[in-house]
Amino acid sequence: MTAVAGTRASSGAAWTVAAAVPDPELPMLTLADLGVLAEVTEDGGTVTAWLTPTYSGCPAVAEMAADVDRRLRAAGFAEVRVRLRLDPPWSTDLITPEGRRKLAEAGIAPPRPGAGAGTGGGSTPLSLGPTRLVDAAAAGRAAVAGAPAPVTCPLCGGTDTEELSRFGSTACKALWRCRDCREPFERVKEI
Amino acid sequence: MTDDHVTDDHVYLSLAEASPGPEGEGRWAYGTGFADPLLGVDTAVPPGLDGADLAAYCLMLGDDALVLAQRLIEWCTRAPELEEEVALANLGLDLLGQARQLLTRAGQADGSGRTEDDLAYWREEHEFRNVRLVEAPNGDFAYSIARLLLFATARGALYEALAGHADPVLAAVAARGVKELAYHREYATAWTLRLGDGTPYSAARMQAGLDAVWPLLEELFTAHPVELRAGVDPATLRGPVLRSVAAVCAEAGLTVPDAPGLAAVGGRAGRDGVHTEALGPLLAELQVVARAHPGATW
Repeated sequence: MTAVAGTRASSGAAWTVAAAVPDPELPMLTLADLGVLAEVTEDGGTVTAWLTPTYSGCPAVAEMAADVDRRLRAAGFAEVRVRLRLDPPWSTDLITPEGRRKLAEAGIAPPRPGAGAGTGGGSTPLSLGPTRLVDAAAAGRAAVAGAPAPVTCPLCGGTDTEELSRFGSTACKALWRCRDCREPFERVKEI
Repeated sequence: MTDDHVTDDHVYLSLAEASPGPEGEGRWAYGTGFADPLLGVDTAVPPGLDGADLAAYCLMLGDDALVLAQRLIEWCTRAPELEEEVALANLGLDLLGQARQLLTRAGQADGSGRTEDDLAYWREEHEFRNVRLVEAPNGDFAYSIARLLLFATARGALYEALAGHADPVLAAVAARGVKELAYHREYATAWTLRLGDGTPYSAARMQAGLDAVWPLLEELFTAHPVELRAGVDPATLRGPVLRSVAAVCAEAGLTVPDAPGLAAVGGRAGRDGVHTEALGPLLAELQVVARAHPGATW
């Protein structure tokens, strides 16, 4: 099997092993669920696993790389290389539907699909995200066209939730709370 | 960093051997420091690019990110609320990650083979190429927010332009960074609005912070020859950045300062290694452990 630049799908025995490695900071997800495992290639006897880090400063990259390396060797692959692929950059849109389901099950609200932070450079207008989004139907109001859906509480399913802080315990998460069940929860923010 | 350069492949191999089995004791503390932030990324400098210029340019942008990361992290245990402390540390972490990649790239592109640690810990003050904006002491919270607003707006605009750069590493750092900087800019904007549009006292403090940091902005738009040869002319960012900052100020009820830029010294400023007196103490703290225990690993 040869590497095809830019492909993220992969298959084969080595892929299956690498894809099952849990994320160090979100261990309920595998690296494949998270979209961090970009590709696994086998060339002769050498297996190369390509990882795309989430945030620039993600401190878990070294551990991810070592975990993938160790699992592959334990599975009998003698020559293993782990490499970083920076392009295209990771996005929360790469989290698989299975990954989103596992996040919600673990009490972490998944990111919205297709809702990255935008270009956001200095020359583009700012769109400050609302800290609270009300479910129009529940509030007895007409829905506003184009308004994002409210964040659903992963604990009680309520939709009356609000952002406490856009920055949380890891680079990829924000702090929210539910006004229905009064519980705080974390949310993977879009990037 | 070690003197005998152990490749990452060997480090991973030895870790794997030390803790066999998929569920082995393969965990260790973060910060063991061996991971190359550009592990396995092609190190070749693309044809048509001058390696020395590319390295100098990456050093400028990397030093901006490294020094501001250090300033942001100084807010730990000092921020007004726990959430803000976590937020500022998160922003610093993003910048530190960008700095690690940019410094590593600089050491590759100039052919010196210097690592991120060589560049961060073993250069002297006059060898740093950051703008003076990022080295200024934190001041009060309003000053730090004003500085962050200016830097994040300008750096976001620059990264947008650099996402198409001929060097794939610089382009990738910029493409990743533009979204991170968008979050930084949103954070700074939210606080600028909250303070500027708050009480008369908070508005006065925010205005004072903006006024105090303003003279340091101009340097970000003043082109160094290396920037013109290897990157984007920062003067082209002035218009869009000032318009964006002015829009935030208008919304916050603040006045856009019109103070002139802080003068260069004999035509030289941060990009030439001529800094304010604030950089030395910052570097002393940043570098002290690495210099006290050269080559130490743990």
